[in-house]
Amino acid sequence: MKKKILIADDEQNIVISLEFLMKREGYEVTIANDGEEAVQRIRETRPDLVLLDVMMPRKSGFDVCQEVRADPSLASVRIMMLTAKGRDTEVSKGLALGADAYMTKPFSTKELVEKVRTLLGG
Amino acid sequence: MSARARFVLAVVVLVVLMTGPFLLTALLVWVETPEGARPRLVELIAPHLSLGALLTVFGLAAGVGVIRALFRQYVRGLLRMVENLRLMLGANRGFRVEPDGPPEVRDLAQAVNELAEQRDALLTDVEAQIGRAKESVEQEKNRLAALMSELTQSVVVCNLDGRILLYNSRARQQFRALSEAPAVGGSELLGLGRSIYGVFDRSLVAHALETIQQRLRRGAAQAQANFVTTTRAGQLLRVQMAPVLAAPADEDDPATSVQSGPAASGDDAAGQRVVTGFILMLENITRHFETESRRDQMLHDLTEGNRAALANVRAAAEMLEYPDLQDDLRERFSGVIRDEVQAMSRRLNDIATEFADSLKARWPLEEMLGVDLVAAMQRRIEARLQLPCKLEEIDESVWVKVDSFSLMQAITYLASRLSDEFEVREVRLRLCGAGRRAHLDLIWSGQAMSTETVMSWELEPMRLEGESTPLTVRDVIERHDGEMWLEREKVRHRAFFRLLLPLATPQAEVEPEVFLRGESRPEYYDFDLFKWSEQAHALDDRPLSELVYTVFDTETTGLNPSQGDEIIQIGATRILNGKLLRSESFEQLVDPARPLAPESAEIHGITEVMLRGQPRIGEVLPAFHAFAADTVLVAHNAAFDMRFLQLKEASTGVRFDQPVLDTLLLSAVIHPNQESHRLEAIAERLGLTIIGRHTALGDAIVTAEVFLKMLPLLAEKGIHTLRDAREAAEKTYYARVKY
Repeated sequence: MKKKILIADDEQNIVISLEFLMKREGYEVTIANDGEEAVQRIRETRPDLVLLDVMMPRKSGFDVCQEVRADPSLASVRIMMLTAKGRDTEVSKGLALGADAYMTKPFSTKELVEKVRTLLGG
Repeated sequence: MSARARFVLAVVVLVVLMTGPFLLTALLVWVETPEGARPRLVELIAPHLSLGALLTVFGLAAGVGVIRALFRQYVRGLLRMVENLRLMLGANRGFRVEPDGPPEVRDLAQAVNELAEQRDALLTDVEAQIGRAKESVEQEKNRLAALMSELTQSVVVCNLDGRILLYNSRARQQFRALSEAPAVGGSELLGLGRSIYGVFDRSLVAHALETIQQRLRRGAAQAQANFVTTTRAGQLLRVQMAPVLAAPADEDDPATSVQSGPAASGDDAAGQRVVTGFILMLENITRHFETESRRDQMLHDLTEGNRAALANVRAAAEMLEYPDLQDDLRERFSGVIRDEVQAMSRRLNDIATEFADSLKARWPLEEMLGVDLVAAMQRRIEARLQLPCKLEEIDESVWVKVDSFSLMQAITYLASRLSDEFEVREVRLRLCGAGRRAHLDLIWSGQAMSTETVMSWELEPMRLEGESTPLTVRDVIERHDGEMWLEREKVRHRAFFRLLLPLATPQAEVEPEVFLRGESRPEYYDFDLFKWSEQAHALDDRPLSELVYTVFDTETTGLNPSQGDEIIQIGATRILNGKLLRSESFEQLVDPARPLAPESAEIHGITEVMLRGQPRIGEVLPAFHAFAADTVLVAHNAAFDMRFLQLKEASTGVRFDQPVLDTLLLSAVIHPNQESHRLEAIAERLGLTIIGRHTALGDAIVTAEVFLKMLPLLAEKGIHTLRDAREAAEKTYYARVKY
């Protein structure tokens, strides 16, 4: 069965690339354009992995992450946070809130793919 | 008993003594004579009676004459002498008693005169000594005051209670910026005797003091504390605090350590020097901080702001590397890259423009008037190179931001090479503003050199006779974030080097008003405040001479506040430790929001035009209230002015509930028999010359001078404290006339 990935980011220019990349890797991809939509999609589709941008309108990536982790029925959802801020304090915060991995923009797509693979258990 | 009464008594006694025994004898003879023999007795005596009476009257007259003469010489004469002696005691020290009258009195006068001589000699000696001591103290004070006023840093000195006892003019300017009521110019915050806690949080200062005292206890050589704080007006201040230590000799003096308050107690036991106050050095870093934050903002925009965009580009670029990409997707990824890169270029340009100032090199440049810089260059070129140097157009309004020393070196160096290698016999300087930069031109007549030569001049270390530096002209130019090039003026057959220099915003010249008021130097210090202490008794029992006063006057549209007359001007000045602080005054016109009767302008000289655009009373009263905080109010005919203020209490929410003294009532206390207690009349009586009357501030200053003259006169009447003064004033006739 195909693994499901949700891409939550409000920047279309990165969504295009991520979508192409993930589909090419053989995952089933859904997209959310802001924080609230992301929470909704997560509940609906129960993805295996969320690529979650921190800076989103309506609800930040941190909030989304916290909400997902507060819901035991969503415990199986992995979260990889993507951020455009380079401060290590944000990395610590993301990981403390329950993210499984963290990548700082700009990143190498190869690395991203590898991390996604690891998170989804090969 | 008065001398006259005693004289009358003496005469009566004389009459009784001269006639008494005679009459008594006659009576006894009359009584002892038998009834029948009495007519005979009368018959015998009657013819001699007139002679006897005549003799008696004669004797009496002679007796009275003798008494009168004695009285004149010994009583009146002595009384006169006493008056003269009093004169010698007080008003006229040089006066001497004229030896007059009987020898005893003359001897007395002689002795008294000799005593007076002796006293005068002693007094003159003491005075001379005091004068000398005073002079040297005054000299030192003046030296200190001069030093302080020249400092470009603002300095405020306070005693342990936070009372300001010294500040310099720089501090004054700075507090002007801190004031929430700029009309008053910060004098409601900074003034002798005012509390520094009006500006800084009390606990903040206490904490800094504690830090200093800890350091002192540890024996630190430089016990200082620093803090940064925001003021109520939102300005950011960096404050450096240093202690004022009592002179070592004072340590043994128990009085000093008691006076210096609880914070210092206990320290001297450990052999430490006692802190009696503190010095604050203030720096307004609001603007500095803004520049810093802008710089940070820019850095942030340049780094963090580009991460997302870079991520988009990088991801898209990496996608393009997949060989199996379809054409439409390839086109979309290229589109992403194009869009993002364009957006990034735009952002970069925007940032570069917006933060151009912050990007400048950080070599510390000083702001100076262009004229001064050019004049200095001219002098230097002529003196160092013996090369005539003339000035062409110089824009006198241009301020530049330069490292003047290195810039002068560079210009002189260029001129020296011109003179050495191209035999230039005269150079000229020109300065003008051009947008955000200034053009400084070094002009010469004749040929221009090749670009290579210019290049080598720019890049070789500057060498002048007796002076060499590793710096190059290029370094100097870069220090100023400027440029330099060679330009030709073909028509006039000359050439010039043009240097681009950063412009500075013109600096306000030192506030002229600070120097206009007052005599030689504004009253910026009062060291007597060191002796002050807050624990002082209630205001009522404090001596009048120790209180701080706000002496004020108002000009109004008319005389009836209850019928809508309004204040149009408030003027006030301060008295501290018996001194008038002219430089700390308050003067503000007020828009009365009602028409002004034209004839009233003849009294106060204020016209409607002058009042247009002035603040309303609702803005002015709170500022005046702050100015008058913690002081006793003084006004001439205070009831009138207070009535205007009180009627505004409800609408402005400002209450003037401090004690009030009225110079009119006090004058009535001092001179109850005088007819007029108008301000002019009092001033004249007290020997004051009046200038600048009938402006609110002018009148306030006259009132203050009058009040100061009154203080010793009140003391003579046994009126020493605020309570005494108020009670005495209440008893006068004038106090019963109410508005």
